[in-house]
Amino acid sequence: MASKEEILPDLASIVEEVAGVDASEVTPEKSFVDDLDIDSLSMVEIAVQAEDKFGVKIPDDELAKLTTVSDAVDYISSHS
Amino acid sequence: MSAAGQGVVVTGMGATTPLGGDVQSTWDGLLAGRSGARPIEDDWPARFELPVDFASQLAVEPSEILKRVELRRLDRSEQVAIIAARQAWEHADLGDYPATDGGSPKVDGLRLAVIIGTGIGGATTLLGQDDLLEQQGLRKVAVLTIPMLMPNGPAAHVGLEFGAAAGIHAPVSACASGAEAIAWGWRMLQANEVDVVVAGGAEACIAPITLAGFCQARTMAHDWDDPAAASRPFDAKRNGFVLGEGAGMVVLERAEFAEARGATIHGRIAGIGTSADAYHITAPDPEGTGQSRAIAAALRTAGLEPSDIGHVNCHATSTPVGDVAETVAVRKAIGDHPVLTAPKGSLGHLLGAAGAVEAIATILAVKEGQIPPTANLTDLDGDVELDVVSGEARKVQLDAAINDSFGFGGHNVSLCVM
Repeated sequence: MASKEEILPDLASIVEEVAGVDASEVTPEKSFVDDLDIDSLSMVEIAVQAEDKFGVKIPDDELAKLTTVSDAVDYISSHS
Repeated sequence: MSAAGQGVVVTGMGATTPLGGDVQSTWDGLLAGRSGARPIEDDWPARFELPVDFASQLAVEPSEILKRVELRRLDRSEQVAIIAARQAWEHADLGDYPATDGGSPKVDGLRLAVIIGTGIGGATTLLGQDDLLEQQGLRKVAVLTIPMLMPNGPAAHVGLEFGAAAGIHAPVSACASGAEAIAWGWRMLQANEVDVVVAGGAEACIAPITLAGFCQARTMAHDWDDPAAASRPFDAKRNGFVLGEGAGMVVLERAEFAEARGATIHGRIAGIGTSADAYHITAPDPEGTGQSRAIAAALRTAGLEPSDIGHVNCHATSTPVGDVAETVAVRKAIGDHPVLTAPKGSLGHLLGAAGAVEAIATILAVKEGQIPPTANLTDLDGDVELDVVSGEARKVQLDAAINDSFGFGGHNVSLCVM
């Protein structure tokens, strides 16, 4: 299991790559939609890259529940 | 002839072409008779044994201009559209955008339309994503595949960028698409449906299958050791066109609106004409009947006589049949007096972007009183009994000019520029 401290910077760089949001903006309390202005299609791209990077499966119904960055970090941490 | 406060004016221009990354460098390249063609630096022309291993490729790569996330999310045809459209918008000094998201542009989004044509759209995305699906499966197919490959993608992205809420349109009429976008914009403005239109064309489809397809259609310039010599409209040795890529955009405004906001006016689209050959899917009517009807309609809508037209910026692609057919149409509709040039000698053939980039060249020719030479024209075809500029640019006072664009399918568009 990867630690949350290890996951966050890698996830942040994926978000930067996909959505053009500066990685330093990707902090645990931020909401993907409301704070980082990431649309649902970009979320799918982020999920696909996160699956490859962390070796997890993120089904669409689980992805829909990942509201904040820390939701995503927790999910990846507990499923990798 | 339209008086002050009437008609359609040009207040902004933008381009990225094989000659340069903006309008000025493109215009300088045209005036110098420079060629934008160069070898394709990849192994596929040899691998597929294509008779052509060069193309008119962008002088400035989009990766030097756009942000990484934009490059990821936009097909190359959309990238060049965005680059040229931003230039045109800034040139027109239309303010912050988009209208729909807190910007304060000098035009209401409800009175702003975007019309951008393309011949082929996101072909390289379609090909690349199909490869990914075949080789690596569904998960590797990009989420944005469809908006990247759809031919209305360039128009849609530019429309979103500026908050154009009056309409976003994407005429697809092969190599007349860019000119048709301008004609469509002229109609919307004349009908007072909008105050401002961002109009133009975008194309970026230099790929093995497009080159191979045009080769099989026997339309490509071939057997040239020097790529720069291959595109030679009206020259006796011409044997086809050179595939190109790029984008051209103009900001068109109702004259009354532009004058009220104090915009700088660079020229007028005085009239437009569109027609169809109803003759053949690829070959132009050798009698030039449909083309001459388009030119005549442009004169009629401009309220001008043939004697008013001093210059024709020709579609002439450097194919044996097409170039001569166009001169027949020019003689029919205008007469023997206009001075011709064919910018594709320098630019190559930008397909759906050609009409827009060449409209800009026509606007600048009228504005500056200077007609660029036709690159590589050294031995005028004996069937071309008209005055075609070659060698050096020619200084000449111009009141009005015609810009022709024609496309596979028999599409004809003529713009009358003042």
